[in-house]
Amino acid sequence: MGGSIKDRVAIVGMGCTKFGERWDASAEDLIVEAAYEAYEDAGIDPKDINAAWVGTLWGLTGMAASKPLKLNYIPITRVENGCATGSEAIRNAAYSIAAGINDIVLAIGFEKLKDQGYSGLDLPFTASAGGLMDDAAGIAPTTTAPAMFAVMATKYFERYGLSPEEGKRMLARISYKSHKNGALNPKAHFQKEITIEQAMNAPMISWPLGLFDCCGVSDGAAAAILVRADKAKDFRKDPMYLKALQISIGGENRLRDDYDYTHIEEIYQSGIAAYKEAGVTKPREEIGMAEVHDCFSITEAVFMEDLQFSPRGKVREDIESGFFDLDGGLPVQPDGGLKCFGHPIGASGIRMLYEMYAQLQGRAGKRQINNPKLGLTSNLGGEPPGCCISTFLVGGKLG
Amino acid sequence: MVGITSYGAYIPLYRMPRIEIAKAWGIAPQGKGERSVANFDEDSLTMAVGSAIDCLRGIDRSKVDGLYFATTTSPYAEKMVSTIGATVLDLDRNTRTLDFTNSLRAGTGALIAAVDAVKAGSLKNILVTGSDTRMAKTQGDMEQTFGDGAAALIVGSTDVAVEIVDSVSISNEMIDVWRPSSEPYVQAWEDRFCFDVGYSKLIPEAASVLLKKHKLGPKDFARVVISGPNVRRQQGMGSALGLVPEQFKDSILPLVGNTGTALPLMMLVEALEDAKAGDNILVLSYSNGCDAILLKVTENIEKIRNRSGIKGQLASKKDLPSYQKYLNFRGLVPKAPAARPDRNPAAAVAMWRHAKDHLALYGSKCTACGTQQYPPQRVCVKCHTKDQRERVRLSDKKLSIFTYTQDNLADCIDPPAVVGVIEFEGGGRAAFDMTDRDPSEVKVGMNVEFTFRKLYFNRGIHNYFWKIRPVR
Repeated sequence: MGGSIKDRVAIVGMGCTKFGERWDASAEDLIVEAAYEAYEDAGIDPKDINAAWVGTLWGLTGMAASKPLKLNYIPITRVENGCATGSEAIRNAAYSIAAGINDIVLAIGFEKLKDQGYSGLDLPFTASAGGLMDDAAGIAPTTTAPAMFAVMATKYFERYGLSPEEGKRMLARISYKSHKNGALNPKAHFQKEITIEQAMNAPMISWPLGLFDCCGVSDGAAAAILVRADKAKDFRKDPMYLKALQISIGGENRLRDDYDYTHIEEIYQSGIAAYKEAGVTKPREEIGMAEVHDCFSITEAVFMEDLQFSPRGKVREDIESGFFDLDGGLPVQPDGGLKCFGHPIGASGIRMLYEMYAQLQGRAGKRQINNPKLGLTSNLGGEPPGCCISTFLVGGKLG
Repeated sequence: MVGITSYGAYIPLYRMPRIEIAKAWGIAPQGKGERSVANFDEDSLTMAVGSAIDCLRGIDRSKVDGLYFATTTSPYAEKMVSTIGATVLDLDRNTRTLDFTNSLRAGTGALIAAVDAVKAGSLKNILVTGSDTRMAKTQGDMEQTFGDGAAALIVGSTDVAVEIVDSVSISNEMIDVWRPSSEPYVQAWEDRFCFDVGYSKLIPEAASVLLKKHKLGPKDFARVVISGPNVRRQQGMGSALGLVPEQFKDSILPLVGNTGTALPLMMLVEALEDAKAGDNILVLSYSNGCDAILLKVTENIEKIRNRSGIKGQLASKKDLPSYQKYLNFRGLVPKAPAARPDRNPAAAVAMWRHAKDHLALYGSKCTACGTQQYPPQRVCVKCHTKDQRERVRLSDKKLSIFTYTQDNLADCIDPPAVVGVIEFEGGGRAAFDMTDRDPSEVKVGMNVEFTFRKLYFNRGIHNYFWKIRPVR
């Protein structure tokens, strides 16, 4: 493998809208809100921007950002990598700086989902549905997003001998923790605590996942201003340095009969690559906080094992002991996660970094983690297995 | 000798006692027993395929050179449906396909046409299917007496199990039971007219022409298959023909219902299940006239006993949980739409491009490393060799559930939408919709099998594919 991104690029400004059912806000409103918060935070004028990457599931070209922001005659690229779209915008922006092509770059992600008239996610494509490359013939099984993650929960329970009650309780504890964190976050979609019993007894969405096992479907936008690491202090005293930017996409596990459906190999592989890039050898000890892709509670559980935070098959112990709570050994989803902060697809990867940024700068208020050290963000695009995983590492100090 | 060389049957899993329909409306029951109810994803084509698969057990499919599909409820008014069936059943491209429609005699008509073609030497082995899912308006007699089902027979000239000796047909123009092409529901004129002028005259007339020609009398038959609208009329006709109840006994009308085009063929299959070498069988198929067919059983009948047939299909059943399910399955009541995105309509081009793989359910097997995979892959999922593959039909493979979910969110006529990730015998993994299931019985590791079903109807196109079901 070639070079490492470690300490070559920094984020010096960030913005994030309140996520949620933003009935009164258009996509334009969300983009302007996030971008101008980031401009102000970085102390830059929009004219200073050399290039931009915009992430959204729906859209046509970089005009998704140029039109609302009136960014004229600079290169803007629209990227899409499923639910890892926002992270992909960051990665491209960072690489253009590391390549020495650009000095100041905007990465922005957004989604306006709540105009569609129902909860859940419509997709702008039919390709690869249900594991088929070509589903123009329309034979993919009748599935929804929760269904394709629920099959992992069913298998996880079966493989590790959890009764439905034990399994549901483990998952409920994940959502309980995220709601507790989300209640401390004024920008979160859901800001109410729940009880474990509430989560366990909620209406069934896709067995064994109930309502509180599923993340919010939200409107929102998030933005970042990226610069060269050696110039970061010109913008602010407390920039956030990128330590690792990894993407791993699988090609065949869905079709292979040796895949176990209780882990996601792409998470494991992107974790290994990110740890190598940043020089991390003991992730459970060295990483101080994480925002991972908890689109469903089972996904977070699997992430904890694949990122090597918990041993295989043992995540339940860490979940139930509070290891991932805000005051635990490795706080996960300090901002409430997808579960409570919400999930406007294109914005989520950047929203995760927004929380890392606030925590590293000591601006996280009631959610502030004591000495967060290294932060990890990880997104999942598509459906397991064979999905698209981004794993990023960030820190407040060089070296 | 030309005659039947194999038989098969299909009855939908769900049955509804007639008394339940009567209770739902506060009306009188139309006799005892129950009727079959096709699941929401079944139609005359999928049921015909079900009966054909039963009929093809142990048969070399490459020997079949004709497929005749008979129904009054074809999914298409213009477009051949037997071509879909031939592709699904993985029959040779040179198979002669024909749809026989518009008459309850289409099933026996197809059978007689098959006999003629084999006798003439133009075809060797013709698979004849009769299938119907006729629709009745609510609260009428027909809602209770109708049923859904299918039967299949192979007509050939080698190893004949039942010789088809002769037949006569009488054509009789009258409007007694009919359905205009613009309407979904069957209509009928006054019962007394239909029977006094039609049924009770035509059946004895056709029977007597055939029996006279062969110098046979009522006592010469082990079984007489008499199609009819209900148990009472069928039994009345049996007595009128001078037969004893043992000769015209029948389980279809009381326990499945009047299955239309399929009825005489299903009754014949049931008769063959009890038949022994030397038996004479008479089939009387009524509708705008009558087909009378004379059959003689040979000793080869013992070689084709391993079918599910009528007995197997009758025994494999579940009570429909409620009358409302029936209304929902048949689309008889407006249903609130699911809060989900609209499903993309199927593209005819892609349906054509993948016709063989999708309809006959082919996977691929890597010739370099031997890995079986689904869907067929150009680059092997294991050894990554390019284009080293052979096609493998997976629709008849043994399957087991690796993991599953039961989804209440998906747009589904009978929620929850059960989706199983299955393992194929011989390798490979894929997710399929599960049908004919009781959600509480679905378990990791359970054995399932493929069943050909309709996924949805959109922009005038019926989109068919395979689902999984508990082993029947």
